[in-house]
This record gives sequence, C-alpha cells and structure tokens, in this order.
Amino acid sequence: MNGKTKALIGSLLALALGGVLAYILQGTNVAVLTPKGPIARQEMQLLITITLLMLIVVVPVFVMTFFIAWKYRASNTKARYTPDWDHNTAAEIIWWGIPLLLIGVISVITWQSSHTLDPFKPLDSAVKPITIQVVALQWKWLFIYPEQGIATVNYVQFPKNTPVNFVITSDAPMNSFWIPQLGGQIYAMSGMSTQLHLMADEIGTYRGTSVNISGSGYAGMNFVAAASSQPDFDSWVATVKSLPTPLTVQEYDQLQQPSKNNLAASYSQIQPNLYDKVVMKYMYQ
Amino acid sequence: MNIVGILSLDALKHGPVPFPVLIGITIVASFVGLCAVIWLTYFKRWSLLTRPANYLWTQWFTSLDPKRIGVMYIAIAFLMLLRGIFDVGMIRAQQITSVGPSHGVLSSDTFQQMFSAHGTIMIFFVGMGMMFGLINLILPLQIGARDVAFPFLNSVSFWLFGAAFILVNVSLFVGEFAATGWLAYPPLSELAYSPGVGVDYWIWTLQIAGIGSLLSGVNFLVTILRLRAPGMTLMKMPMFAWSVLNAMTLVVFAFPILTVTLALLSLDRTMGMHFFTSSNGGNPMMYVNMIWAWGHPEVYILILPAFGIFSEVVATFSRKRLFGYKSMVYALGAITFFSFTVWLHHFFTMGAGANVNAFFGIMTAVIAVPTGVKVFNWLFTMYRGRIHFTTPMMWFLGFVVTFTIGGMAGVLMSVPAIDFQVHNTLFLVAHFHTMIVGGVLFGYFAGFTYWFPKIFGFTLNERLGRYAFWCWLTGFVLAFVPLYILGLMGAARRLDHYDKSLGWQGLFIVAGVGVVIIMLGIGFQILQLIVSVIQRRHNLDTSGDPWDGRTLEWSTVSPAPSYNFAIIPTVTTRDPYWEAKQSGIKPPKPVYQDIQMPKNTSVGVVIAGFAFAFGFGVIWHIWWLAALAFVGVLVTVIVRSTDEATEYTISAAQLAKLEAKIPSRSKS
Repeated sequence: MNGKTKALIGSLLALALGGVLAYILQGTNVAVLTPKGPIARQEMQLLITITLLMLIVVVPVFVMTFFIAWKYRASNTKARYTPDWDHNTAAEIIWWGIPLLLIGVISVITWQSSHTLDPFKPLDSAVKPITIQVVALQWKWLFIYPEQGIATVNYVQFPKNTPVNFVITSDAPMNSFWIPQLGGQIYAMSGMSTQLHLMADEIGTYRGTSVNISGSGYAGMNFVAAASSQPDFDSWVATVKSLPTPLTVQEYDQLQQPSKNNLAASYSQIQPNLYDKVVMKYMYQ
Repeated sequence: MNIVGILSLDALKHGPVPFPVLIGITIVASFVGLCAVIWLTYFKRWSLLTRPANYLWTQWFTSLDPKRIGVMYIAIAFLMLLRGIFDVGMIRAQQITSVGPSHGVLSSDTFQQMFSAHGTIMIFFVGMGMMFGLINLILPLQIGARDVAFPFLNSVSFWLFGAAFILVNVSLFVGEFAATGWLAYPPLSELAYSPGVGVDYWIWTLQIAGIGSLLSGVNFLVTILRLRAPGMTLMKMPMFAWSVLNAMTLVVFAFPILTVTLALLSLDRTMGMHFFTSSNGGNPMMYVNMIWAWGHPEVYILILPAFGIFSEVVATFSRKRLFGYKSMVYALGAITFFSFTVWLHHFFTMGAGANVNAFFGIMTAVIAVPTGVKVFNWLFTMYRGRIHFTTPMMWFLGFVVTFTIGGMAGVLMSVPAIDFQVHNTLFLVAHFHTMIVGGVLFGYFAGFTYWFPKIFGFTLNERLGRYAFWCWLTGFVLAFVPLYILGLMGAARRLDHYDKSLGWQGLFIVAGVGVVIIMLGIGFQILQLIVSVIQRRHNLDTSGDPWDGRTLEWSTVSPAPSYNFAIIPTVTTRDPYWEAKQSGIKPPKPVYQDIQMPKNTSVGVVIAGFAFAFGFGVIWHIWWLAALAFVGVLVTVIVRSTDEATEYTISAAQLAKLEAKIPSRSKS
C-alpha cells in the first residue's frame, strides 16, 4: 500500500465512524449541550468559548505535525537537513509566549466564571426563590420542601423561571447531585451542607442523577426534576398535602435503610427541622 | 481468638469469580497437577522443572542487575495489562447488555469490583511497573553507570511490587476486592459501608507497592545525582534522565502522603479510629484532599518518563539534536513544581468556594504551557531532520494527536464552571484515558521497542509492531470518542445500568468495538514478541547501536553485559555517542581495571515474602501472622545489614577475557 491508499482508507474509516455516531445520536438528548436554564446555558457557552480558544493552538499543532512528518521523511532527500540546529530563541519565545497569553486569557475567564457561576451564589431574579432541601440516602434522593411542608423521593417539582435554592446533604456515602440540563453538580456529603442555585426557564421534565459512586445501588439513584407553571406547582403541592402519607420518624428510618431502584413517592407532612437534624447527627455522634 | 482470623471457607464465595467456577478450576488444576507429578516421577523428569526453576531463581529472582529487575517489572506489568484489559472487556459487556429491563452479565457488586481493580491495576501495576521497568533497564546505561546507587534496595523495591502483585491477584480467589472505585473515597470505604475485606486488600496492595515505589524513587534520585559518568554535568544529561530525575523527585515528595493516608484509613477500619469517618469527629473530605495531594503528582510521575522517552526517540529517529534542550529542562521543572499545586481540581464539586476553585483552576491551566512547549520542541526536532518512521516514531506521532486532544479536554475541565457539568462523567473518564493511554502507555511502548535490542540483543519485528500500533490507535479512537459524547449526554462513570430511553447503548457498543480492537493490538504485541524471539537470528543487533543512537547506552554492546561498561566513559557533550561517531576517532586501546559488582541475594524475596504475609495477616485479622511477619522483616533487614561480603570482584584480566569474546567490540 502506498501513502495515498493509506490516507484514503484512513479518511474513509473516519467518515464511517462519523456516520455511525451521527446515526446513533439521532433523536437522543446531549443534555449538557441542550440547556433549559440560565446556569446550564452559561456553562455550555463557556465550554464552547474555551474550546474555540484552545483550537488556536491545537489546529496549528495538528497541521505542523503532519506537515513536518511528511516533508522531512528520510526518503525525501531534497528537504533541508540541519542535524546540529537545536536552538532558536525567537521561535522558543513564540511557543512559550503564545500559549502563555492564551492561558492568561483563559485564567481571566476562569476567575470571573468561578465567581459568577459559583454554585453557592443566589441567582438574580425578581421572583421569590423556592428552597428545596436534598438528602442523599442509600440509594434514593429525598427532597424536603420546608416552606410547603411536604417531601418527595426521587421526584422534585418546582415552578419555571423561579430560582431554586437546593440545600444538599447526605445520610449515606458521598453522592453528587446533578441535573445536567439545568446546571452543574455539587457533592452531597454527610455532616455538611452544600448549596446549588438553579433555575429552569422552560416547562419540562429533566433527568437528575447521582454522579459519585455510593455503593451497589448507585446506578439507580436517578430522579425526575419537573419544571411546571406556578399554578401547576401550587396544585401539585395541594395534592401532595392531601395525601395520607406523612413523613414520620419511622418512615424516615425506613427510607434510610438501603434499597435499590426506588420509585417516586410523596409525603404530605414533614418533621420540623428534619434536614438540620440529618446534618447535625454526624456532628455530635 | 480464631487462629485464621476472620478467614473462612466463605471467603471463596465472595470474589468476582463465581464459586462453581472456582471449584471447577480447583478440581481441574488438582487433576492436572497430580498427572504432572506422576508423569515427572515415573519418567524421572524432575530436572525439567528444577532446572528452569533453578535458573529463574539464581539468574533472575535473586539478581541485583537492574536490567534483569527491569525485565521482571515489565513482565509483571504485561501480565497485569492482560488482566486490566480483561476487566475492561467485562465492564463494557455489562454496560452494553444492562439496559432497561435487563440487568446485564454481572452483579453490580462484581461490576464495581472490576472497575476498582481495573484502575488500581492499570496505575499501580501496568503504569508504575512499565515505568520502573524501563528506568531500571536503561537509566544506569544512559548515564554511564554500572549499577544503581543501592542495588540491594532496588531488589527489595521490586519484590515489594511483586508481593503486591500476588496480593491483588489473591483477592480474586480468596475474599473480594474493593467495590469503591480505585481511590476508595470514605465514607464509602469505611467499615460502616464496606464491611468486607475488599477495601483492606486494596489498602495493603497499594501500601506494599507504594513503599516499594518510594524506595525506588530514593534509589534513582541518588543514582542520577551521584553516579553520572565523569563530565556529564546535569545540563549534559540525556532528556530521559532529566525526566526520571523530575519524576523521582515527585515520588519522594508524593508517596509518603499516600503511605500516611492509607495508614490512617487502615487504622479507621481495623482499629476503630475516626480519621475519615462521617461521624465522631472524622472528616472524609480530608481523605479526598490527601489522596489527591498524592494522586495528582502520581499522574505526572507516570507521564514525565514518557516525555523523556519521546525526547530520545524523536531525536534519534530524526537524526537530529533535540531542539530547545534548556527549554525542555525548564518545562520539566515547571511541570514538576506545578503538579503539587493543582490537586483540588479533582473535586471542584466539593464546594470549596469561588476563590479557591479559581486558584486551582488557573494553576491547572498553567501546566498546559510547559507541556505545550515540549510538544513544539519535539516538532522542531523533527523539522529539518531525516525522519525514519520506525514503530517508536509511530507511537510518538499517535501520542501527539491523542495527547493534544486530551490536553484540550483537560484545559476545559480546569475551568470550574465547566467541570461542574462534566466531573465524574464519562467525559472525565475519556479525558484521563486519553492522557494515560495516548500519553503514558504509547510512550512506554515506544521506549520498550526502542530499548529492547539493548537488553535482549535483537530488535523487535517492525511489521507486527506497526499492526499493534494501528490497532491501538484505531481502537483508542473508537473506545473513547463515544465516551466524550456520553459524558456530555449526562452519563456518569461507573454505572452498571441505565434506561433505554437515554439512547446510550449504541455509543457503548461502539466503545466496546474499540476495546476489542485494542485487545487485537495487544494480541499483535504478544505475537510480535514470539515472532521476534523465533526470528532473532535475522534481527540480531551485532553493532550495539541498531538505530544510529546518540546517547551512552548505544556505545556498549547488545545485550549489555552485567557490568554495563568495561570502562566508564567520559562525557563532554549532550549526545556523546553521536558526537563520537561523527568525529570518527576510534577509542584508544582499553586499559581494564578491577570492578566491584554486587552479589546476587535472596534477601529481597524474603523481605517481600514477609511483607505479603503481613498484608494478608492484617487483611484477615490473623494477628499472629502479621506480628510474626513484621518481626521477620526487621530481623531480615538487621541480619542483611551485618553482611559485609555483598560484593564480588571482576578482575582486570577476567574483564579483558569477557570483552574479547564480544565480536563487535572492534566497531568504531
């Protein structure tokens, strides 16, 4: 096989892979690239910006690699050969300097975005935020609505265009709480309380999941995050409150027992300060 | 107290190998063993076994020759590569089959043990094994030394690695392995959530291998600083030696952190302490900080020697001096320094706050600069050279492509706000595999092919090497491009099951095809070894310099004699052997002197045997065994230290005779 045939075969294989991937991806949801809220949207834009900036260096490296490898192949005796040429100050200043400049730009972006997209930072909005407390259990998510006085398992609903203040802890091994289409994740750790401020700007149901291994039921730690209209949310709360299932102490102890692939559940009442008790119980033990 | 601790027959039932299979293996093995014993006794063929066993023992296991120790490191690394890739096959098989109503071919517990074992094995046994193997093979030769600074310590290091290798494989059959991921974060790895012995196997495997690595780090650091040939100032060292110097500095600073972290976790688990528990004042996140304070430098410990190998390979096969030598040295130094300032980027999602996250994010991005400089310098080494596309050079070109893509993903993840969206997903998995497969492994494969003739006296088959490379590269693309996409689709790592509606299955299948092609590549590598051994008479390296090399290792014969150099060379330039060849001046007639070489010793094996017994004892709470083994190590070390006759002399006359037997010595 000569070089041209090889290049042809390589290109055909790459095309075939592209075709297969395109076929597979038909109708699927690339969650991180289809944001449904301001946080996820900014994070995606950031991802695209940094990728483009990096291409300033990456593309020349690719072109140079193939060009130099081809031009200075041993069989090309016409090409210049300078076996002792091993230093050029100007060239080296360029490839220390340009990447340094680029990383300087990226550093500024990193500093700013770390602050604007800090998960602990409340969102700017005229709408009054809703607080939802999250407890990672073995292996399910418990959501507590302190203002509404209800709780749910593996299902969380909130009104769209309303900032949601998630307050997150764990009564189990560490997990990571993530709703990709709304924004980035944060760890759920026992004895500690983390925060995540998200907002959905479209009605819909979004996949939520754990992203940190927490034992044998880890793969089933999924939940549905539903963004609805405010009236729909209010009527959903009313429905839950009318259920005959309060989250009693016994019921919580039951939930705390390991169980896999749990279905969604709702609780009409909660114990006062349940979330704080879960956090604090690791502090005094 | 039970004499066998918590060990019981049940231990056989918990491992990832199903119990009936174990019983089957045991019956078949006993039967085959019995037949063999009868056959050997009846036909009086015991010498068939004792002679090779004796050969292995006297020539290899007790050897203090770094080249032999290096070969043994690489042999173990390759065995473990086979186990590691088998684990991958099972992991992908599970993820392809476990969709919707089906729960796949493995239980979730077995699956979790498999990926935990995969990570542990690939880093500690394949990565570290290949690295220390190649360093042992070539570093003393390259700096013009006859041996390492502490030859006996080197043997102890290797055998501790060997003990860990046996321990991690014992966990397959007796008991279980950790199901916590390869870094075993608490509180999951604490007794409350992992009551079995799996995490203890993990701890003691790493502890024993880790102490071996630390001792090796000290050994090679001193070797480079003290044993360089006369005239070889630091700034005249080959780039591989520079990379090893930096990597070993990292080993010396980082591995004690690992030792302490593991010790504390072990105290939690066996003595009921509370360093990292959720309650009673423990703090699991302290563990996460500590393990990454070791873990991030560890990544650079693996990649720096690969950088060094590429620097040698590119210069040799471009027949040109390495471009920007000083830049390369400073870049290595910068990477080494900064590698200790970035550990927090492994857990931005802990919620440390914007200032802390931003600092570590920026530090991470900064490392891309010296790394990029190295790539440019390699490219300019090729520029205006005469490039010979041998297999090592192919690995290099494959590395540039994959590593650049992986580096781009790395800079993306250095921005905390982006990391929140891809952390712990398959995007992350794809990123670090791009770096460790495309960077570390490709580098070590290049180094192995490049230096193979120096150790064995013949070159490896080029055609099969090329097939292996193309399989690895194609398989790599197929295996990891889908993972980047899956990560962006929201697929977490380590999932043993997912919903069909997510549409991930097709991508997992493509990734699985990639794994099969990589396995094919490994098959070609095995075939390459076999074929090359069979055809060795056609590939003999009679010159000692098959690639028109530049550095000192090529100035001696292949295979290099146990004493490396009959006369220690004197160095005046960076590419001493290349310059010598260019000048055409023949070396003067040699005047030999007596040389001292270390005697073989079995003490390294004994110490490692005790270390294994200690680890096994603690894992199974067999305290008398652990205590006895601990005392055993101490006593052995004391006894050895009183031994004064650890060296033997090769007299000048013997040396002259040995050298005269080498046909190629007259070569200019």
